[in-house]
Amino acid sequence: MSSTATPVAVRRHRAARSGAWRRKADRIGDGFLYGICLAAALLGAVTILAIAYQVVHGAAPAFSKFGFGFVLSNDWQPNFGEFGAGPLLFGTLVSSFFALLLGAPLAISIGLYLSLLAPKGVRGIVSPLVEMLAAIPSVILGFWGVLILAPFAHEHIEPFLHDTLGFIPIFGPPETTGSSVFTASLILTIMVIPIIASISRDLFLAVPRDVQDGASALGATRWEVVRGVVLPSTASGIVAASLLGLGRALGEAIAVAQVIGAGSEIQTSLFKTGDTLAARIANQFPGALTELHKASLFYLGAILLVIGIASNLIAHWIGRRFSFDAGGAR
Amino acid sequence: MKQGAEFDPATPLTPTGNLRRRQLFSKLAEYGATAAAVIAVGVLAIVTYTVFTRGAAALDLDFLIKGAPDGIGPELVGTAIIVAIATAMAMPVGVLIALYLTEYAGNRAAHLVKLTMDVMNGLPSIIIGLFIFGLMVNHHKQSGFAGSVALAIIMLPLIARGTQEVLQLVPVHQREAADALGVSRWRAVVGVVLPNAIGGIATATVLSVARAAGETAPLIFASSVFDPGSYYMNPFEALPNVSVRIYSLSEEANPEGFTEAWGLSMILISFILFASLGARALLARSKRKMAS
Repeated sequence: MSSTATPVAVRRHRAARSGAWRRKADRIGDGFLYGICLAAALLGAVTILAIAYQVVHGAAPAFSKFGFGFVLSNDWQPNFGEFGAGPLLFGTLVSSFFALLLGAPLAISIGLYLSLLAPKGVRGIVSPLVEMLAAIPSVILGFWGVLILAPFAHEHIEPFLHDTLGFIPIFGPPETTGSSVFTASLILTIMVIPIIASISRDLFLAVPRDVQDGASALGATRWEVVRGVVLPSTASGIVAASLLGLGRALGEAIAVAQVIGAGSEIQTSLFKTGDTLAARIANQFPGALTELHKASLFYLGAILLVIGIASNLIAHWIGRRFSFDAGGAR
Repeated sequence: MKQGAEFDPATPLTPTGNLRRRQLFSKLAEYGATAAAVIAVGVLAIVTYTVFTRGAAALDLDFLIKGAPDGIGPELVGTAIIVAIATAMAMPVGVLIALYLTEYAGNRAAHLVKLTMDVMNGLPSIIIGLFIFGLMVNHHKQSGFAGSVALAIIMLPLIARGTQEVLQLVPVHQREAADALGVSRWRAVVGVVLPNAIGGIATATVLSVARAAGETAPLIFASSVFDPGSYYMNPFEALPNVSVRIYSLSEEANPEGFTEAWGLSMILISFILFASLGARALLARSKRKMAS
């Protein structure tokens, strides 16, 4: 028993020394952990600033040549050094708008189904499946869009819409291929649905049960409970969710580049080709030869960055006022 | 007597008039919502079905290990290398950010950090591609490493958020027990908090890997000029990778290329579906374990 053999004084001395060492190690360890955690958090912020800086910096030559007129200018002729974002901005807004117009009601209905209608077992299966839709890589969705969806839309959906609703100018005569703003909107719809559906499902699940039961007790039908209680109390959250979906649709590059057909003019008909900011960057950057061409593509990126961050921040702001978690979308 | 004849208690209670209309409308709304869910699941089924039937036609052992034009081996290896390096960068930083949020940050700081993570998560991936081009590729050359950095930026907010969610679930009494024993903070974090959260961290990482593996836009800038015919392992050169290869094959009108692209898509999508479903199951399990 060596420990009993050691004189008490020596043991105390040792204990004190190891205690001091331990305290010192703890002080260093605590400081170190705090330091690296803080550094990691700062790294996130620095990365965002660096991204903004690089994009703006890359766009500088085009900005000094074209100024703000670039944003609405209609020329895009790389061979002549003429660049303008007008048709691309138009294409971006139109395709995203139609994606949201189609996708948001569908997604909200899915949210309602999953939160209020589906039996528990079905919900447990359908919920992850809907979220799986968001997991399909955009390049695969775009490839599927080119080979399967575009021909189908071209042969069936577009003629049908033209025949029945052709008096509205946006449903013009179908073109020679299925590459069109319309097909791009359909692909974007598929991408937007899982985002909006999963957020709105969570919103609806959070609506207090007793308020709904109160409405039912007063004789409201299921739809009237939804219309009178569930939707009004979650309205701002739904708007925020839709904005997040919109942000995704605006920024999607690859899948859109594959199906939209890279047209450079503003067209009334949805069935003609078009292009979006993000898709133009993806399409032309690898082949961009002149510095001005590259700088113009960076300029497109800067416009996209501003729109994207704005829609994100607005969604965040609405979501915070509503106290739900905007970032849990993906 | 006459009134009694009008009210016959034996008639079945069927709604009439206005109520009937309201109930019918409600029923229709229910069918509509169900149909919406069926459409979403149907689209998922159609896409995966097409990818699997067409991809399976291309699939055999040679296809998996040989280089183009016979197979896709180099792309699989290249994507694995790029994503592995990205994970090695994003995971530690993401976990540290989550630790900062749960252990140190006050309300204001936490809000700011969360906001930066949300903004980062919402950035279009093509913007991250432009950033990487400006930072690492312009005036240098393309490299798999540049692609990894881009993917790490995409993964970071996903890992940070997922980890933060599980860190919040670490039982308070365990933390308090550590505090009561006079354990210093870093020992409590390393010895109590992280081991508790390890399942959740793994889940978040796997989910973010699934997301990153299919990401194309940044790699167009970082690692798109490659020779798909033979294997490349050096991450400081452009590496063949799955997503860019699918993209470039889809832009060419070449039926054989399409078959290769379907094969690539099938491998990619099965990896992603498998990983995300598995990760979700794991998460549900570890959450249940921690809650009990």
